[in-house]
Amino acid sequence: METWMALLVGGLSAVGVYLMLRPHLIQFLIGFLVLGNAANLLIFTSGRLGSAFPPLVQPDGTVLAPYANPLPQALILTAIVIGFALAAFGIVLFFRAEQVLKTLNAEAMPERLEAAPAPSPVDEVREERA
Amino acid sequence: MSWLIVLPLLIPLTTGILCLVLGSRSAQRVLGLVGALGLLAAALALLSQVNQRGIQAVQVGNWPAPFGITFAADHLSALMVLVSGVVAVVVALYALAEGDTPREQQGYYALSHLLLFGVNGAFLTGDLFNLYVWFEVLLLSSFVLMILGGSKAQLAGGVKYFAVSLLSSILFLVAVGLLYGATGALNMADLATRVGSLAPGLRDGLAMLFLGAFGLKAAVFPFFFWLPASYPAPPVIISALFAGLLTKVGVYALLRVFTLLFTQDTAFTHTVILWVAGLTLLLGVLLALAQGELRRLLSFQLVSHIGYMLMGLGILTPLGLTGSVFYALNHMIVIAALFLLAGLLERLQGTTVLVRMGGLYQSHPWLAVLFLLPAFSLAGLPPFSGFWAKFTLVAAGLQAGQYAIVAVALLVGLLTLLSMGLVFAEAFWKNPPRPLAGTPTPPGLGVPVALLALLALGLGLWAEPLLALSQRAAQELLEPSRYIEAVLGVSR
Repeated sequence: METWMALLVGGLSAVGVYLMLRPHLIQFLIGFLVLGNAANLLIFTSGRLGSAFPPLVQPDGTVLAPYANPLPQALILTAIVIGFALAAFGIVLFFRAEQVLKTLNAEAMPERLEAAPAPSPVDEVREERA
Repeated sequence: MSWLIVLPLLIPLTTGILCLVLGSRSAQRVLGLVGALGLLAAALALLSQVNQRGIQAVQVGNWPAPFGITFAADHLSALMVLVSGVVAVVVALYALAEGDTPREQQGYYALSHLLLFGVNGAFLTGDLFNLYVWFEVLLLSSFVLMILGGSKAQLAGGVKYFAVSLLSSILFLVAVGLLYGATGALNMADLATRVGSLAPGLRDGLAMLFLGAFGLKAAVFPFFFWLPASYPAPPVIISALFAGLLTKVGVYALLRVFTLLFTQDTAFTHTVILWVAGLTLLLGVLLALAQGELRRLLSFQLVSHIGYMLMGLGILTPLGLTGSVFYALNHMIVIAALFLLAGLLERLQGTTVLVRMGGLYQSHPWLAVLFLLPAFSLAGLPPFSGFWAKFTLVAAGLQAGQYAIVAVALLVGLLTLLSMGLVFAEAFWKNPPRPLAGTPTPPGLGVPVALLALLALGLGLWAEPLLALSQRAAQELLEPSRYIEAVLGVSR
């Protein structure tokens, strides 16, 4: 089971990284969601999989083993909530960027800024000599 | 009293919420300054307590140590909180004088205090997963601050900043998850006792994941390109706060993790850190020399000087860590001063493109002095604070026989001086190429800059107290047993 989960996490990570490397911001955001899920599954797997016992101590003090560790699940829950907030903010940010800059292509964004890139002192010297 | 530890969290949180609730701009302005002053006072009290009674720890909700949420303050945490309080007060003063009404109405004061809440939380937490959560708290505030006002440049910079921050968050999350899977602990003191028993390969792999995650936040080689692409975009009341605080949180996390957890295989991990430090130093300053716009230039200088803080960590001797801590504290003050000054110059001249500026030495000679104080401190000239920081680092490097990084550090000091001299020649000395259209400058903008500049001078002339405190911080970092005892012992 762990092997399959490892393969799944690897596959999702590959998809996520590929999408995050694309210039289109919506693809980037989907890539972030996929990669975030890969990270969550990874942590989930570290807390033991399969038909494990609940993490409860019996009245007589014995521990049912192997129990599924609940802490990684709690961690993922936190991470999911944070990821949700980040994704929501990202959607609004990209929407606003599209309205103002008229593009969702990250590579085209610098060209849409009003100010041309500042000339460096070297350029100025060239201008003076010319 | 251990509640002093949570006071630097509660004050900015309360201030932030009150600013959100109170709609009126004048009330927010008063609260913004009062909250920052309160934070500074709380940080001073915390530092004096840590200084008298050693490392302080508090278990939130009274759950015993490795299970509950721990906050711990040693000298490093207390000093970082103190200097972030100083930066907060000075930036609040500048914002009050600047009076950027639209941004104030959109919640500048609330957001900046929530940012401080996240920053101080990251400095004080004793739990690795909590550190991740604090990072997210400060990131979300910083995202909104970055695009507050919504200009084109801010949105374009904000997209980059957002994207890189997401990536580093995921890396950090994966690293924390894997470390928990391998050791079964998240409390940093508890982790410190367990990491040693991991397989060396697993340990080094995890160490590199943490280096990547925190390196992205701290903007070190090869992860620094996002910083000069985004920090120059927002107005200085925002970018000075970022420059002073945010990268230092990454540096703090590196200092913590690579002294408390990953110290078993220093021949590998700390050599990598030294390489990263050297390349950050060199590339940062060379790129700064190639810039023609003041705020981009300062951003590359900011990146370059992160390298000094890692240099001391890579050397990992008491003197090296003293230098790192002292450098981080000094740099927070100096770079915030320079960013605020850049904002002041932009107001006076209507531009921060160096070739179009000029004549400031003639029109505002006192401003030239204000620029030279932090600029010389950044370059490490005596008698400024940067000199003692660099002197400590170079001495530590020579003692440890790391001659290559010492040579790089000295060369970068020289190139920084060249870069600052270039700014002085362009903006202050030469005559402006064409008449400049500045906007009227409200009185009082120079006061916060002067405060920081005089602090940089004062810390240089009277460096002993802060140097002694940094030394104690370094001693605590090098003896993790004291930290572990303070955190785990308190509940037993």
